[in-house]
Amino acid sequence: MSVEFDARQHVLVPKHEILSKEKAREVLERYKISPHQLPFIMSSDPVVKAIDAKPGDILQVSRNSPTAGRAIVYKYVIEE
Amino acid sequence: MMRIPKLIDRVDFGLMSPDEIRKVSVTKVITADTYDEDGYPIERGLMDSRLGVVDPGLRCRTCGSRAGDCPGHFGHVELARPVVHVGYIDSIYNCLRATCRKCGRILLQEPKLEEHRKWIVEMREAGQKWWEMTNKIVKSASTTEKCPYCGEKRVSLKLEKPTTFIEGKNRLTPSDIRERLERITGDDAVLLGINSKIARPEWMVLTALPVSPVTVRPSITLESGVRSEDDLTHKLVDIIRINQRLSENIEAGAPHLIVEDLWELLQYHVTTYFDNGISGIPPARHRSGRVLRTLAQRLRGKEGRFRGNLSGKRVDFSARTVVSPDPNISINEIGVPEHIARTLSVPIRATEHNIEELRNLIRRGPDIYPGANCMISPDSKRYDLRYADCEELAKTVEPGFIVERHMMDGDVVLFNRQPSLHRMSIMAHEVKVLPGRTFRLNLSVCPPYNADFDGDEMNVHAPQREEAQAEARILMKVQEQIISPRFGGPIIGGIQDHITGAYLLTRKDTLLTREQSQQLLATVGMFVDLPKSAVKEKGVEYWTGKQIFSMLFPKELNLSFKAKICENCARCLKEECEIDAYVVIRDGQLLHGVMDARSYKALDRCEVLDRIVKDYGTTAAREFLDRATKLSIAAAVMLGFTTSINDEDIPPEAKERINEVLDDAQEKVNKLINIYNAGELEPLPGRSLRETLEMRIMEVLAESRDRAGEIAEKYLGLDNHAVIMARTGARGSMLNLTQMAACVGQQSVRGERLSRGYRRRTLPHFKLGDLGAEARGFVSSSYKDGLKQLEFFFHAMGGREGLVDTAVRTAQSGYMQRRLINALQDLRVEYDGTVRDDRGAVVQFVYGEDGVDPAHSDNGKAVNVEKIIERVVGG
Ligand SMILES: [Mg+2]
Ligand SMILES: [Zn+2]
Ligand SMILES: [Zn+2]
Ligand SMILES: [Zn+2]
Repeated sequence: MSVEFDARQHVLVPKHEILSKEKAREVLERYKISPHQLPFIMSSDPVVKAIDAKPGDILQVSRNSPTAGRAIVYKYVIEE
Repeated sequence: MMRIPKLIDRVDFGLMSPDEIRKVSVTKVITADTYDEDGYPIERGLMDSRLGVVDPGLRCRTCGSRAGDCPGHFGHVELARPVVHVGYIDSIYNCLRATCRKCGRILLQEPKLEEHRKWIVEMREAGQKWWEMTNKIVKSASTTEKCPYCGEKRVSLKLEKPTTFIEGKNRLTPSDIRERLERITGDDAVLLGINSKIARPEWMVLTALPVSPVTVRPSITLESGVRSEDDLTHKLVDIIRINQRLSENIEAGAPHLIVEDLWELLQYHVTTYFDNGISGIPPARHRSGRVLRTLAQRLRGKEGRFRGNLSGKRVDFSARTVVSPDPNISINEIGVPEHIARTLSVPIRATEHNIEELRNLIRRGPDIYPGANCMISPDSKRYDLRYADCEELAKTVEPGFIVERHMMDGDVVLFNRQPSLHRMSIMAHEVKVLPGRTFRLNLSVCPPYNADFDGDEMNVHAPQREEAQAEARILMKVQEQIISPRFGGPIIGGIQDHITGAYLLTRKDTLLTREQSQQLLATVGMFVDLPKSAVKEKGVEYWTGKQIFSMLFPKELNLSFKAKICENCARCLKEECEIDAYVVIRDGQLLHGVMDARSYKALDRCEVLDRIVKDYGTTAAREFLDRATKLSIAAAVMLGFTTSINDEDIPPEAKERINEVLDDAQEKVNKLINIYNAGELEPLPGRSLRETLEMRIMEVLAESRDRAGEIAEKYLGLDNHAVIMARTGARGSMLNLTQMAACVGQQSVRGERLSRGYRRRTLPHFKLGDLGAEARGFVSSSYKDGLKQLEFFFHAMGGREGLVDTAVRTAQSGYMQRRLINALQDLRVEYDGTVRDDRGAVVQFVYGEDGVDPAHSDNGKAVNVEKIIERVVGG
């Protein structure tokens, strides 16, 4: 394939955003947790590569939900 | 209260070093004998009294306690030659493969190793699975051909299961292996998944073997006075005997070959001592030929320590017996036989308010119901009323005493039927002590337990403390479980005759006299004034069944929906419906429509009951359900209801028309086959000719069965009792009825017409390659007429598939259930609405993403706006 594939364009891939340091701290405070208690996402994940997130970053994933309409999930980027 | 002497900071799992084995050992065991002629344990033998005692009367020489109090103490055997531990054989293999055979270093460059070490430290701090790295390290190290440290060349190493290592052409002895493992440095061991501070690699090869305390392998004295030893003791005898012979032979300077043989034999015995179920070696057997049950067998499997004793325990304060139905008790109640009520007890603390009552119970003793089984004074002394003067004891009771009285009406118990697949499999019931020997339950709670009365047994547990009882009452009572968390609708409701009865009572032409009306209401326990009569004829007043049923509704109930009997006409006439299938309830009055499965059947749409639970609460719902089911059954009894095979009768002209239809289909099938044979069949897209033919034939036959059914249905109207049951959703379906009356239809296996059995035919009665309807399992007879011989055989083929499917499904879903429970058992919803596991890690940020408890939802949604509007506006 000559054209670089962008995972973010796929219909089944929800929106991933990197949270600012500020926002990330807020999230951790809100749930009173350390980053390791968040769900993980690997740095090798195509979406993580696409948005250029680095291990240690916290991502906000906004996806469609059959029960709630829209659901927000936070994920912690880990190595490999 | 309980004191905690020490706080556990953490638990390390490591290996025992030989020194540690010797340190915890209370004696070296040197002889394989157990008891002397007088029956006393032989010193330094396998039953040495320092290893603990099991015989009553003897004292332990280590701790001084008697049998029962002595926990038992380990001894040890000094092995003449080291022996490999089977349990660690894979780790040993990894260590040997990944390290140099000469210098013991891991066969990777130092910078690479350092990198891995750093990663492991990081993962460890994060609480991650750091040991998963070792697989990668072993994989790359075991392909290195030359040691980067000393230059030694790799020699191929093979593990011959279970415990033999072959290097090149030579066999490695356990001593060789141990030497190599000793050379692995602590820093390298970590990379192989071994923390060498608590587990040195060479400790995986045993030089000393712990001898388990006698308390874990007690000998049994049979009635004849013959002692019978535990399997572990037998195994230890073998080990010690061979060990002795080995060391004698070594000392005597026996030939190499003999020593090798004995050494191998010792390895075999030690291996089977740990695990007697290893493939590749014959299992050790008892003299009688029985396979020995050694250490691993005690832990493993369904009856093993984990699944049999830790995950599943036998408990006190429980009872089990057959269940049978009782339509007269509430869904919240359970009928308990007096015998069980006398055995299960509830502790009651004496106060000045209940002391007389308790004294009376004690006076009656354990044998007269209601009485008491036991009394406990404030200084925790138990007085068993079986062996006491109850009259005297009753006088000594003071406030502060605890009396364990018999189970009485109104006590709360947990009721359970296996398999406990969902939370409604264990519900709290109020006790009602009844004569007889079975547990009695209301028919409406059959669906959640999945119980019937063909011999089902169920269990009862009596919670003892007030907290447990309160929790059971508030959270687990049957009425709190009416709405299933599975789909947000009632799982408890009317079944079978409850539905039929309600239909008979509420259909259009049911009129009741004053006597009849009051009789019905009295059975439900309602002694109230009747409303104004609906019909007056020749001076006699009549009430409609709808009026009577309406008396069970809350006064403000407003609902309208289509009943189950609705035929889904193209244009719904609503209130004008000919068969009264449109239900309208206004201000608690049933104005139109009939009560059937749509109104209050368990696991159905269940509109009425559903509304009452959600708008008026669980108590109102329980009251409604108790009354509605009783009223329906009373109505069915009063109005009369019966069914027999005559209900499936259809007139001869219908029979004729059905036969015409079936003959027609037969002919069509033959025509299709002829076209196919002539090679003129048009294939369907993506199908072969054969497949096309099959599909067309199936189509024709299915249609003919449906048409036969339709013809029969014309003669099966709502005045037919079997039809009433089918159409109201009480029991059976119209398909069942038409199969009985008209035609059974095509039998199938794996969704295809029957084809296998003999070469190119199903049975030898047909021509080779016969594709006709008859030859491939079409049953044109009805159940009532009876099946022809060949039809019967085909029917059995189809029926067998159904049975196999259910058996396979239950096995698969059972395994899935176990896996799911293991994976999900620690998850819980926290007060902030998140779902977390046992380390506080977030699994869901909002439970179910919408935060709705399905057990308190309206069919899975938080609110049902339309229903609210109808309620407020009043339709
Ligand atoms: Mg049964
Ligand atoms: Zn002891
Ligand atoms: Zn080397
Ligand atoms: Zn209709």
